[in-house]
Amino acid sequence: MRRLFACLMAMTFATPVWAEDQVTTFMLDNGLEIVVIEDNRAPVVVNMLWYRVGSADEPAGTSGIAHYLEHLMFKGTDTLAPGEFSATVAANGGTDNAFTSYDYTGYFQRIAADRLELMMQMEADRMVNLKLTDDDWRTERDVVNEERNQRVENNPGALFGEQRRAAQYLNHRYGVPIIGWKDEVNALTLDDALEFYDRFYAPNNAVMVVAGDVEPDAVRALAETYFGPIPANPDLRPRDRPQEPAQIAERRLTFADPRVSEPYVIRTYLAPERDPGAQEEAAALVMLSELLGGESATSYLGRALEFDTQTAVYTAAFYSGTSLDDTTFGFVVVPTPDVTLQEAEDALDAALAQFMVDGVDIDKLARIKMQQRASLTYGKDNVQSLANRYGEALTSGLTVEDVQAWPDILQAVTPEDIMAAAENVLDKRRSVTGWLTRSEPQEVTQ
Amino acid sequence: MTRFFFALCATVLLTLPARAAVDIQEVTSPGGITAWLVEEPSIPFTALELRFRGGTSLDRDGKRGAVNLMTGLLEEGSADLDSRGFAVARDNLAASFDFDSYDDAVSVSARFLSENREEALALLRKALIEPRFDQTAMDRVRAQVLASIRSDLKDPDEIASDAFNAIIYGDHPYGSNEAGTVETVSALTRDDIVQAHQDTMALDNLYVSAVGDITAAELGALLDDLLGALPAEAAPMPPRLDITTEADITIVPFETPQSVAVFGHRGIDQDHPDFFAAFILNNIFGASGFESRLMDEVREKRGLTYGIYTFLMSKDLAETMVGRLASANGRIAEAVDVIQSEWARMQTEGVTAEELADAKTYLTGAYPLRFDGNGRIANILVGMQMTGLPIDYAETRNDRINAVSLEEINRVASELMQPDALQFVIVGQPEGLSSTN
Repeated sequence: MRRLFACLMAMTFATPVWAEDQVTTFMLDNGLEIVVIEDNRAPVVVNMLWYRVGSADEPAGTSGIAHYLEHLMFKGTDTLAPGEFSATVAANGGTDNAFTSYDYTGYFQRIAADRLELMMQMEADRMVNLKLTDDDWRTERDVVNEERNQRVENNPGALFGEQRRAAQYLNHRYGVPIIGWKDEVNALTLDDALEFYDRFYAPNNAVMVVAGDVEPDAVRALAETYFGPIPANPDLRPRDRPQEPAQIAERRLTFADPRVSEPYVIRTYLAPERDPGAQEEAAALVMLSELLGGESATSYLGRALEFDTQTAVYTAAFYSGTSLDDTTFGFVVVPTPDVTLQEAEDALDAALAQFMVDGVDIDKLARIKMQQRASLTYGKDNVQSLANRYGEALTSGLTVEDVQAWPDILQAVTPEDIMAAAENVLDKRRSVTGWLTRSEPQEVTQ
Repeated sequence: MTRFFFALCATVLLTLPARAAVDIQEVTSPGGITAWLVEEPSIPFTALELRFRGGTSLDRDGKRGAVNLMTGLLEEGSADLDSRGFAVARDNLAASFDFDSYDDAVSVSARFLSENREEALALLRKALIEPRFDQTAMDRVRAQVLASIRSDLKDPDEIASDAFNAIIYGDHPYGSNEAGTVETVSALTRDDIVQAHQDTMALDNLYVSAVGDITAAELGALLDDLLGALPAEAAPMPPRLDITTEADITIVPFETPQSVAVFGHRGIDQDHPDFFAAFILNNIFGASGFESRLMDEVREKRGLTYGIYTFLMSKDLAETMVGRLASANGRIAEAVDVIQSEWARMQTEGVTAEELADAKTYLTGAYPLRFDGNGRIANILVGMQMTGLPIDYAETRNDRINAVSLEEINRVASELMQPDALQFVIVGQPEGLSSTN
């Protein structure tokens, strides 16, 4: 029973794997990369445009501009009025939305397959013809402010997460929140947004993923028609962002908030990500996270802290390998009411030390691999999630070949690989340990 | 980080499916268990959905939370397997079983490969028919449930839902949190869990759907093995409830920067002849998406919130029309004012011919997009059965949408929208507002 804490934690768990026999890829002359994923069971298409720019590409002092621009992209072009993009999608029976992360910004529509042309036409239009009025950008900044209130300011776990990330990354922009620091978001201007737009929104900085009831040749023809005429941005520079220095000092922090109900301890370690042509260590870390923190009844931490002792009501390990630069590997332990955070942390450290002695449970590893093979089958049922995997990988420095090699690389991971990765990554000098606690003494408001 | 947020509630009215791009068969087992099936052999797995009507509303007096805890224990050991043994067996098969409960049903969502279907269903049978409810597992999962209950007491979204439900549903099971309280859950015994299992999962409140790589003959044959040993009858359902509210504002003080509001009043039954008009009306007024009036007035024009929506919530025993938004403490009063004005304007003015036409285009066009995946289709089919819709309903659904006239929807607007009964619950430190009751 793991769903109880899904909302409390909102963590990313091990990356699933996927099928490749439905996938066609090609590139236009202007550098726009295109991935087509076929699924002809229903007359539906998901049209996604991913830009290779996220919050970690922002100029210092303008945190939140990537996400704010994402909002403004719905505010009209030379030929579309504010809101007309989404209204047109809806008038055709579709839905649309967008998302921003550290490494990418994406826009998508889910619609009847015979409306794909209209979607491409509008998406190509707003790649270059964005037009904003004075009222629109100020009102939308208020909306973003309310979004930050809802996601972060009203949620002590999210506030804590921002502080922990800032401590984890000493130099990289991954330490700055995607939505931006509150005061910087409130100071963003229309000029900031347009400058960012002109610099990063171009066909040679984008990946289009089209998934559903489509033919690759037809998609290519539409893409040539609507995106083909848009010139590449010749000034686009490689994404060589400031990197982390050697991390040599363990960091610890405590955040207290009267809105906290269940205190917890969480630790993250700086960890390598999947790199093009070199995904082996990342694959070993995926397996390590599953072994240590997968399903409670069979995971190492679940057994040690939830079953053999009643130290924790919840344990997890997490690792997200799809990232352009250094990512993190982490653990969380929510102690039972009579256990202190110090005792919970000590129990975590003792279990990790014992794991280094015990090594990999071979049967458990075989089951994890079996599930990952099965996920190739289950994954075919949901092309939108397949589309997301390609979009995320291709905007995080990986290639189509890397994406398609990944399932085999996971299957090839050995116990020795896993222990070597654990030895390398679980180094406290590169870690941040955080305690989330209640403010004391504090009356409960409710 | 998506651009706007969607409802988190499990019991939001499922938008009705329309023209089926799928061929739905009714299958009856030799033992008399009925299921709806779509054969889709292209991917070698099957999605199976079970619903048991009643769910957490069948908790016995003083045992609030028993059904919720019972559901959490179904995967924690059965027959000859303890918690770990069950998890190992399931993972060896790469099957997935999700057990859940809400105020109208216990739900089971299963997914299994064709290559080991028999073993997977034999294991699922153990969980459904022979759960062990071991004391050690019960104590461990109870501790998780208690942690979740304590967390909800400090979560403004949960506080708002609980307070709103208590006001509109009162002493009915819908009026209290299905997880129970720290007191009731702490007092539950193993006997209570066994009782909850017998009360809620039976043959006479069961609905089944399957989609995937399985034939009608294969499905019919396995239903009796899987489910035939369930008790014949579930516990009786609680009574129906008529909703009456006043135009009150109820403030629950909570120290946080952004207030959370839940608002609404009585709704309309899905069997009611005016339901489709009401459904379209809600879509125009506040359905999630960028195109609704509330989204336009509160977010797009004024920037007062990140998301606002309303929905028709048709539970088995009561119907409501409910909305939510969150807005900074200093701005929520303006948002409430806009909502009240729009509610009244909709009642008196109704919708325009253009709004109606746009909504019809959207709703009828969006409909076939729902049928795109075994799991999704199985979910739709079991929901249709619980709602009592005919098996060919999907083919007529868009016609029913298109048949709603402007006169009809505007008559329904004047009857459904009741600004004089619009109850608000606001959690936070809202400025310029005070409780009116």
